[in-house]
Parts: sequence; structure tokens; C-alpha cells
Amino acid sequence: MSNSTSVQFNIQVGDDLTHNVKPLLNEIKHGLDNLIETGRTTIIDLRSLPLAPGEEEKILNTLGQGEVQAQLNALGLSEVTETQYAGVWIVTHYNDEQHIISRFIEVTTMPEILCSQTEDVMEAYSRLTLDLADNP
Amino acid sequence: MTNNKDKTLLDNSGVDKTGVDKTLGEVLRSQGVSRRSFLKFCAATASMMAMSPAMIPKIAHALESARRPSVIWLSFQECTGCTESLTRAHTATIESLIFDFISLDYHHTLQAAAGHAAEEAREAAMKENDGKYLLVVDGSIPMDNPGYSTIAGISNYDMLMETAKGAAAIIAVGTCATYGGIPHADPNPTGAVSVGDLIKDKPIINVPGCPPIPVVITGVLMHFLTFGTIPELDHIGRPKVFYGQSIHDRCYRRPFYDKGLFAETFDDEGAKKGWCLYKLGCKGPTTYNACATTKWNDGTSWPIEAGHPCLGCSEPDFWDGGGFYKSLSMPTENITQTAIYTVAGAAAAGVALGAMNKNKKSSAVAAHNKTTIDDLEK
Amino acid sequence: MTEIEFLNWVRGPGFQIAVVIFIAGIIIRFAEILLLGRKTNLAEAKGSEMSGGLRTIVTRSFPDRGTFQRSTFTIVAGYIFHIGLFVTIFLFAPHILMFKDVIGFSWPSLPTPVVDAVAVVTIIALLAVLAHRMSNTVLKFLTNTEDLLVWLVTILPLITGYIAFHRIGMTAPSLLAIHILSVELLLVILPFTKLMHAFTFVLSRWYNGAISGYRGVES
Repeated sequence: MSNSTSVQFNIQVGDDLTHNVKPLLNEIKHGLDNLIETGRTTIIDLRSLPLAPGEEEKILNTLGQGEVQAQLNALGLSEVTETQYAGVWIVTHYNDEQHIISRFIEVTTMPEILCSQTEDVMEAYSRLTLDLADNP
Repeated sequence: MTNNKDKTLLDNSGVDKTGVDKTLGEVLRSQGVSRRSFLKFCAATASMMAMSPAMIPKIAHALESARRPSVIWLSFQECTGCTESLTRAHTATIESLIFDFISLDYHHTLQAAAGHAAEEAREAAMKENDGKYLLVVDGSIPMDNPGYSTIAGISNYDMLMETAKGAAAIIAVGTCATYGGIPHADPNPTGAVSVGDLIKDKPIINVPGCPPIPVVITGVLMHFLTFGTIPELDHIGRPKVFYGQSIHDRCYRRPFYDKGLFAETFDDEGAKKGWCLYKLGCKGPTTYNACATTKWNDGTSWPIEAGHPCLGCSEPDFWDGGGFYKSLSMPTENITQTAIYTVAGAAAAGVALGAMNKNKKSSAVAAHNKTTIDDLEK
Repeated sequence: MTEIEFLNWVRGPGFQIAVVIFIAGIIIRFAEILLLGRKTNLAEAKGSEMSGGLRTIVTRSFPDRGTFQRSTFTIVAGYIFHIGLFVTIFLFAPHILMFKDVIGFSWPSLPTPVVDAVAVVTIIALLAVLAHRMSNTVLKFLTNTEDLLVWLVTILPLITGYIAFHRIGMTAPSLLAIHILSVELLLVILPFTKLMHAFTFVLSRWYNGAISGYRGVES
């Protein structure tokens, strides 16, 4: 988290303090296996785990950067990036003050939030229809 | 509400189609909030309520068809810290949406109206939404003398009982409302009691903390909105999703406790290395709250990460645990003094008892008649 | 009463009451023993009471070969649980904090996992001691209610402490409170049962040694 980096304790990240880093990475591996076998999506909420300062960064560094980076403007910024492991995505939601409000690891071919939503498509259709009617 | 069990607390079916009656989906669309934004909101909500991400579609569906409930917020013997906590929840759009989801009809600190107008607003909300509104209470209620705390000339007790009557459910916010809190601390000069001490016939959700974590307050509201029921509670009325695990069990410094590595003072090597704060009085082992995972100030940090032991503020009587810096294994009373007095008293008693025994022995010896040859010859 | 109120009580007034009974009990019992005195020995001394007494205080900590061969199990298990009790009571960091609060000074602790393991071994040793006692006809015959009571109040703090540390079954404040309460029970009962040997062993060994020393024989 950007605003917490200024206050850091002398804790060695390599210590794997909470012992949550390895199991989480294994869960992601398991998720990929699931995606290949059944096509099912796995979503992991990073906030649901107790992580020591630096451990989240360690997870993100391990996963690295892949080919896709997308930005959404929906009630504040959201970032959707594919990691160096295809099918493993990091979805980070920010609020208007650029604070992270939630962060998920999604193991899927396409995070749901990137897809156009049926309701929005329907609304778009009627709006375009109206616009065309107004300006023939 | 479509997708709910028969017995939900949030039944707005009878409300007429004005003002507070729109479904949340309608409210959002009328505000130009896209479905994608709504999904983002639901994802954040699921995360906030500590729910599995698999619940996101369910939350979305329930919220879209839910209606805004009327909320009456009563503040009694309190410091407004709980309201401060809540209003600083997150100032940005996404959480403020939550406030679009409820109709806060009475909150004497936040509302614009004052005096008679304010009380009228409360009475009107109670009348219009009888049996359906949510009652939120922060602060404890003085029972020694009703004059210790009044609002518009009405004693806290009277106002609570009157307003609770028509409530669908009550959310007690903060340790004062849930367990008496600081006003209830020994010697409890005002005779402060909690909401649960007075009301037995309504569902009460306790959201303790001094103050409670903002997203926990909103999380409970969201749960109520999403499912129309009260969340699963623990044995002292706290939602298990947030209070199900102790600070100690979720603490990232726990491995140091297990290894026996402790900070001895606030500025020693151990403190700098981020070792366990047990010896500095940490109440994490006996405190159930979500600080370790939810954290504070937009997830920036939390007391233990900032180097301070947990005070145990979400537990009853946290003020009377013998001091914040006394570790849990230490006695709360001055045992040294007790021991010294006991030694003195017991030494005197022992000497007296010993003397009595000795006396008994010597008188027994004295009373003992020796048998002589003369006696035998008799 | 909430569980935190319960915890606050056992850490406060409850502990106070237990300490008063514990200290008063020990002092009164010692005063009784010491003030009662012993008959003057009219026989001529053939050796020193003091050296014999002091020597026996030490030597009785080690079994002689014959005794060891006759009751190997009792002695080994006895050693294990006595050392185990010492380690768990006096070398666990939170306990040392408690002593420091009462007597004003402290000493180094053992690493928590070590104490944890010692606690398990101690509990097993105490269970084995009871099993042995109940399966041996003579020992069983000699066992009375007090023996079972002192066994119970000795093992309870170990078990409740182990459960409280590992947080099994109940919520943490209740577990900790029950552990402290079990220790208070031990404190209250100790001076008035044979557990008093924790303090009187010095005295009784000294007397045994002194009597032999006076007679000029080895005890």
C-alpha cells in the first residue's frame, strides 16, 4: 500500500511471518488446475488473510506482470492486470481518494468486471436508439 | 424482496411508493451508476463483510431488489467517537453509496434540524415505518438518575424504550451501547447499563469497539440490507463474521509469541524488530475483533502494527482489566501488599496458635501422673 | 457475569483471596510445627545434628540403588513430573511476568515451544503415576480421597494451561480464566494437604538427618 510504505518495521519479509504466502500461492496453482480441468473461476480476497507488512508485496512480486493491463473508471479507479502466469489476474479497486478498498486474485480467463454488463448494454442500446432518433 | 426467506426483518412490502420506497437498483440507476460500478461496489461489500467472493452475485441480486430502510440513530452517554468513526468510514463515492441505501431519519449530531423539529422527525419516522425501522444506538443508559443524560428533556431510558418498541431490529454501536463501556467502568457513577441490559424482546446486534471499525458498522448495515436478517451472532451478541476470531489468532506478530520473542519496553530492540507485545500488556489474546485483517484508516495500519498493544476495547469491562499496560498473566490487584499483610497477620496467628498448642502440650505433660511402685502395690 | 468479568475477578479479588489463604496457611502450619518443639534428647551426642541434617536435605533428592531398583517407575515418573512442574511454573514467560509483578524481580524464560513440550510430558507422567497407583493392589489399597484430590488439583492447572495456550474449545477469556482459577484452587488447597511437602520437605529431611547425625549414624 502506497501510504504505508513510509512507516516500516524491520521485519524480514523472507521470514514468511504469517505462513500465509506459500499456501496462497499454492491455492492459486490449484485454481489454475481447476480452470484447466473444469473451466471454473477461483476468486481469492486478499483482505480475508492476515498478512504481515510486506507479505502482500511479496505475493504480488512473485506473480509479476503479464501481457494485459486494464484500467476501469467505475466509482473510482480499478486496475485489472494479468500476471506473468496467464489466467491469474489481480483486480484492485480504488476509491475516489486512490485508496485501495479491495484486492482480489482471480483465476479465470476473463475477470467478470471487464465484461460489458447486460444491463449496461441494454441501456446503451436504448440510448443510442434515442440519439439516432434525435439526430437523424 | 424477492429472494428471501419468509421471515425477514426487513419487510417493506407495505410501504407506499414515495420517498424511501425505491429499490436500491432503481436508486442507483437513477443516479447513473453503471452495472459495472455496482458490481465493483458489491465486490467491495463482500470483502468488507468478510464473505467469500462467490457470494458477490448473490449480494448484487439481493441489493438490487432491496428497499431503503428508515434508520433512527440515538446517542446516549457517549463521546460521538462512534459517529466520527462511521462518518470517516471512507469519504469517497463507493462507501458513501451505503448512505444512499438507508434513510437516516434521525441522528441528533448529524441532522440539520434541531429542537422540536428534530424530535418530530423521529416521531414521524417511527410512525410511518412502525415495526420496520432500524434503531441504531450508541452510548450507555444511566439508571441511577435519569437527569444524568437527557435529550430534549426526555431521559435516555424513556427515549430508548419508546423508540425500540416499533423497531425491526436494534444495532448497538460501540462498547458503551453494547456493554456499558467507559461510563460503566468501576465505580460506574451513573449506573450505566447497555442496550441489551434493558431490551430483551428485540433482536440486538452488538457492534462493540471504542470506536468500532467503520467498515464493521457499515458491514452490519449491508448484511441487514442484503439478507434482511441479522447476521450470525456470538455468545455476547457480536456478528461472527467480524468478531469470530481473536486479535491474537489473526495477528501477524503471532509467530513471535509462539517463539517467545517479546518486546520488553516500547523502545528496546524487540520493539524495533516488531516482536510480540504481550509483555507490554497486549489484550489481543482475549479480544475478539477484526482489526488484524480489516485494519484502520483505509487499511493503512492498526494498533499492533503501529507498535502499541491491543487494549481489548471490543470486550466488556475492558476499562477494568487492571491497566492497559499490565499483561494478561499479571494479577490486577496489588498482590505484593496483600502478601505482606497476610504474612504479618498469619505470623501473629501462627505464634498464637503455636503458643496454644504448646500450652496444651505442657498442661498435658503436667496433668500426666506418673505411675509409681506404690500405685502398683495398691 | 460475562467471561471478561470472570477473568477480571480471577485476576483480581479471586487471586487475592487465594494468595491470602496460601500464605496464611503455610505460615500457620510452619508456626505450629516449629513452636511445638521437640523433646530434649538426654542421650549424649555422638555427632553433629547440623551437618547430618543439611546433608540429608540434599541426599534425599537422590534415590539409593536399592530403592531405585524396587520402585523404578515411581521414581522416574516422579522426577519427570516434579521437574516438569518446575519448568512449566517458573520458566514460562507469562508466568515469570506474574512473579515479577508480585515479588519485583524476574529471571530468563525458556522458549515457549520447549515449555509447551515439557507440559505435555508432565501431564503424561502425572497420568501414568495415577494409572500405576490404581493398577497396583497395594498402592490402590493405600490410596485415600486426599491422594486423589491432590493429584487432581496438580494436574488441572497443567491441563487447563495447555488448553488455554492452544485455545481449544472455548473462547480465550474463559479458557484463561479457568486456568487461573485452577491455579487458585491449587493455592488454596496446598497448605492443608500433603502438597505442603513442597515447603516442609526441607524441614522433615533436616529432622531425619539431624536425628541420625546426633546418633552419629548415616541417615
